[in-house]
Amino acid sequence: MVGIVVVSHSRRAAEGIREIAREMGGDARIEAVGGTEDGRVGTTPGPIREAIDAVAGDGGGVVVLVDLGSAVMNAELAIEEADATEAVVADAPVLEGALNAAVAATSPTATVEAVREAAEEAAEVSKL
Amino acid sequence: MDRETQAEAIREATAAMADRMAAEKSALTELDSAIGDADHGANMNRGFQAALERLEDADDDPAELVKTVGVALVSEVGGAAGPLYGGSLMKASGEFEDGITAESSVAFAERYLETLEERGKASVGDKTMVDAVTPAVHTYRKAIEVDDSDPLEALGKAVDAAERGVAFTTPIRAKKGRASYLGWRSVGHQDPGATSTLYLLEELLAVAEEYLNGDVEVDAEADVDPEELEEPALEDGADGGP
Repeated sequence: MVGIVVVSHSRRAAEGIREIAREMGGDARIEAVGGTEDGRVGTTPGPIREAIDAVAGDGGGVVVLVDLGSAVMNAELAIEEADATEAVVADAPVLEGALNAAVAATSPTATVEAVREAAEEAAEVSKL
Repeated sequence: MDRETQAEAIREATAAMADRMAAEKSALTELDSAIGDADHGANMNRGFQAALERLEDADDDPAELVKTVGVALVSEVGGAAGPLYGGSLMKASGEFEDGITAESSVAFAERYLETLEERGKASVGDKTMVDAVTPAVHTYRKAIEVDDSDPLEALGKAVDAAERGVAFTTPIRAKKGRASYLGWRSVGHQDPGATSTLYLLEELLAVAEEYLNGDVEVDAEADVDPEELEEPALEDGADGGP
């Protein structure tokens, strides 16, 4: 199964986004990472890497959803250092993208590419 | 300069940089509070303190020492400055595998800039570290390769170029980093990441002067300390924010 990692500057935001995504993609394997290791707002690559390795369990690959700038950079660094065979950052709004990705990941034929595409489709959706 | 002396210079430069970050903590945070998230000074200070601690247990190998500083910054800084400064140092440190020479320092500087631009997806004119690092690296390379400057002189020119780059960040609008969210309101403020880059380069130059010109006997041709030169080049996407 394709794993999903949600990265936010705030741990509570990341966990909240996971909570929402699970409503639709309940069986998806999702890790939520946020804040710095000493509890401030921010991101660091270490915990992101651990989350990637945690959801990559059976080798199905990982799609990472991120919020602002440094989350993108730290996710990229984490991917470079992670053991996971295939991990990508989705260029998508973090909440809507996570929800789309969670639904896509529960498909029996899901691939990393398909999950990433589903997440990125969220960028196209107009709300009004 | 032999490898032990190079290692000593790297440790000394890191210590000088750490002192400078501690001294400029409030000034950097003030710059960052105008157009960022007001944490750049504290973040850089914490990162360099961690780097100093980690260097205590590191081997006297130039590439390894620079990499250790990079790893510390990546894990301790927290904002965009972490991956930008730290990630760029980690990548560029490989150029010092055979020690620090005029040549390898140019390669280090270029690799640093390349990694910075790639990671931050920033270019000159975006109001980020890149605005300080780019002129510094280009000037350093030209001084060594075209003007036949010795590394110390080249580094001096590079620091001057970085200073002009920092000044250039004030009147322009941020296109990357946290400051970009402010749009036109970012105009008129000096970029914190470019500023910390300049401070670090100044410290690198001061230590290089000591080793290439001053109290410590070294053959100036052989090694510069250029690595540190690049160190300061980190970018930090404008302010250590996201």
